[in-house]
Amino acid sequence: MISRRDFLQVGMAASAILGGSGFGNWSRLAAQQALSQDQLLEFETFGNVSLIHITDIHGQLKPIYFREPSINIGVGGNTGAVPHVTGAAFRALYGIEDGSPSHYALSSGDFAALARGYGRVGGLDRVATVIKAIRADRPDAILLDGGDTWHGSYTCWKTAGQDMVNVMNALEPDAMTFHWEFTLGSDRVNEIVENLPFAALGQNIFDAEWDEPVDLFPPYKMFDRGGSRIAVIGQAFPYMPIANPGWMFPEYAFGIRDENMAAMVEEVRAKGADCVVVLSHNGFDVDKKMASVVPGIDVILSGHTHDALPEPVVVGETIIIASGSNGKFVSRVDLDIRDGRMMGYRTKLIPIFSDVIAPDPEMTALIDAQRAPYLTEMREVIGRTDSLLYRRGNFNGTWDDLICDALLSERDAEIALSPGVRWGPSLIPGQDITREDIFGVTSMSYGKAYRTEMTGEFLKVVLEDVADNIFNADPYYQQGGDMVRTGGLGYRIDVSKPQGERISNMTLLKTGARIDPAHSYVVAGWASVNEGTEGPQIWDVVERHIARLGTVTVDDNNSVEVVGT
Amino acid sequence: MTLTRRNLLILGAGTYAFTTLAGVPAFANLTDDAIASLTGGAEMGEGAITLTAPEIAENGNTVPVSVDAPGAVEITLYADGNPVPSVATFRFGPLSASSSASTRIRLAGTQNVVAIAKMEDGSFQIAKANVKVTIGGCGG
Repeated sequence: MISRRDFLQVGMAASAILGGSGFGNWSRLAAQQALSQDQLLEFETFGNVSLIHITDIHGQLKPIYFREPSINIGVGGNTGAVPHVTGAAFRALYGIEDGSPSHYALSSGDFAALARGYGRVGGLDRVATVIKAIRADRPDAILLDGGDTWHGSYTCWKTAGQDMVNVMNALEPDAMTFHWEFTLGSDRVNEIVENLPFAALGQNIFDAEWDEPVDLFPPYKMFDRGGSRIAVIGQAFPYMPIANPGWMFPEYAFGIRDENMAAMVEEVRAKGADCVVVLSHNGFDVDKKMASVVPGIDVILSGHTHDALPEPVVVGETIIIASGSNGKFVSRVDLDIRDGRMMGYRTKLIPIFSDVIAPDPEMTALIDAQRAPYLTEMREVIGRTDSLLYRRGNFNGTWDDLICDALLSERDAEIALSPGVRWGPSLIPGQDITREDIFGVTSMSYGKAYRTEMTGEFLKVVLEDVADNIFNADPYYQQGGDMVRTGGLGYRIDVSKPQGERISNMTLLKTGARIDPAHSYVVAGWASVNEGTEGPQIWDVVERHIARLGTVTVDDNNSVEVVGT
Repeated sequence: MTLTRRNLLILGAGTYAFTTLAGVPAFANLTDDAIASLTGGAEMGEGAITLTAPEIAENGNTVPVSVDAPGAVEITLYADGNPVPSVATFRFGPLSASSSASTRIRLAGTQNVVAIAKMEDGSFQIAKANVKVTIGGCGG
């Protein structure tokens, strides 16, 4: 572990007067000097209002490793645009030096080596320190949680989200919006939200029967701060009942509902809002489109697609902030609001280097109290990895390859399917794999591993359907997430084609034979959105597989050929 | 684990979705014919009618759709991928508070919902919305 003094400056701050933005602002400000907590937090307070944004924590209370993607393809108008720029190209775009802390925090490449040097990221006790420091600068800063908070870990599963609720409540957010929270089931979500000491927002959370707004989730909340009136409008994940099991929350309907968003913007302006902030779980490209369609939004705090960008993206007069995932980053957004409008902004994406930022002792104690009842069972070592285990990427990640291998061998299947979710911490070579690590990439309320038969024709329909949810040229038809992972099955994908024409050359890897549309194949998978799915929990399947292997090695996966980028 | 009856049912449901997705031959022609007979082939304007429908249906069996065309005397809805494209016609008299309507329609698969408004002066307005019906998947 390298000392705090060895860190380079990683203050990723951007500032601009509205309309005068461009790439590279923050890097020019960065000095080549030793990194300290003070430098990570360094920020020249600006304007009269501060927002603090954290999103997509996915249950990660403690510091973790998290590798950013090396493949993130943009389509249509977003071809080659951030966040669809990765690795060395990303570093070149933002002027980030190879091997620097920013390289490690924001981009892929040399991950395992850099992880050994720079250590783990995140941890809500470190996040607490950052939030307290910002509040010391600006006591009335507005703390906003973009959702995907009450999901994703061993303790979160065991407590049905209560661990995260307890810890987040201690951070005292001002508002929150939602996605995976609803997979706790609507009874549990309602129970938590009814007692939440802050606003649970969602202009697009409707009653499914009457298609009307619901009282439990108001569309917005007004905040009088710094002499200005700030409206925060919530936007929950639009496609919950499609991407996740709708039968778990049948009372609710969602959707993008940009016409209602526009109506809410008008409503809050009429009520005297000087600044309109959207706390969004749309995903980045959807937010970009919404900013271009709905007039009058000043700031979109973007979540869902887990992108971390060191500068805001400007669409018209709207700035869009992407604050990463898994507790790895906190965004500070200072705004100058005068004469009823946003005149300028200064932002900083603060990476939570867990060895640099001191944990807040009270928060550490609170987190440890949540974990204490489960510590022995979740720390049990199941195996060890010789390979880097990560998930992010459009087509496969080594964690998913391992999960697919587990499904093929433990469930005696020819083909495995694993969902293209974007959450789940990474493990570096040489690390033990604990039960907690397995839950970090599998924990969910519908994790049963099914085993069934599918024809070749149906498998193609599945791949085409999921591909269109990611690579549809119109962002409003994109659901976020990545391509379904396949084990035992190779294919070619042309991302530039329409639905039905993207997938070809489907091959059963075991024999090298082309998939026969009429033949039925034994398929094992997990995370089915269908009610009544039967089978063992996926974490038990993966645990058995890893225990049997002892030490895990995951080879390069070249079974998906990607063209049309 | 062997293939249970329940798994078969799940598979069956999926296969049904597949059949409906793939089985969308061009009923669009039927819609074109119906629109032509409604408008008498007149040119249609855009912008004075608002059609609100979800981009992706949460449930293809009951998709909420609403239309609003101030000054319209009649609005007709079509689903151009359904075997029977005509959905509904709403007529508005002089005492109608507004020329708007909401309903739910069943969509056999991904297709366009089309709304045609007949205005007071006899001209026509058109709006289209593409509604995707998907078998669902996995979000981030």
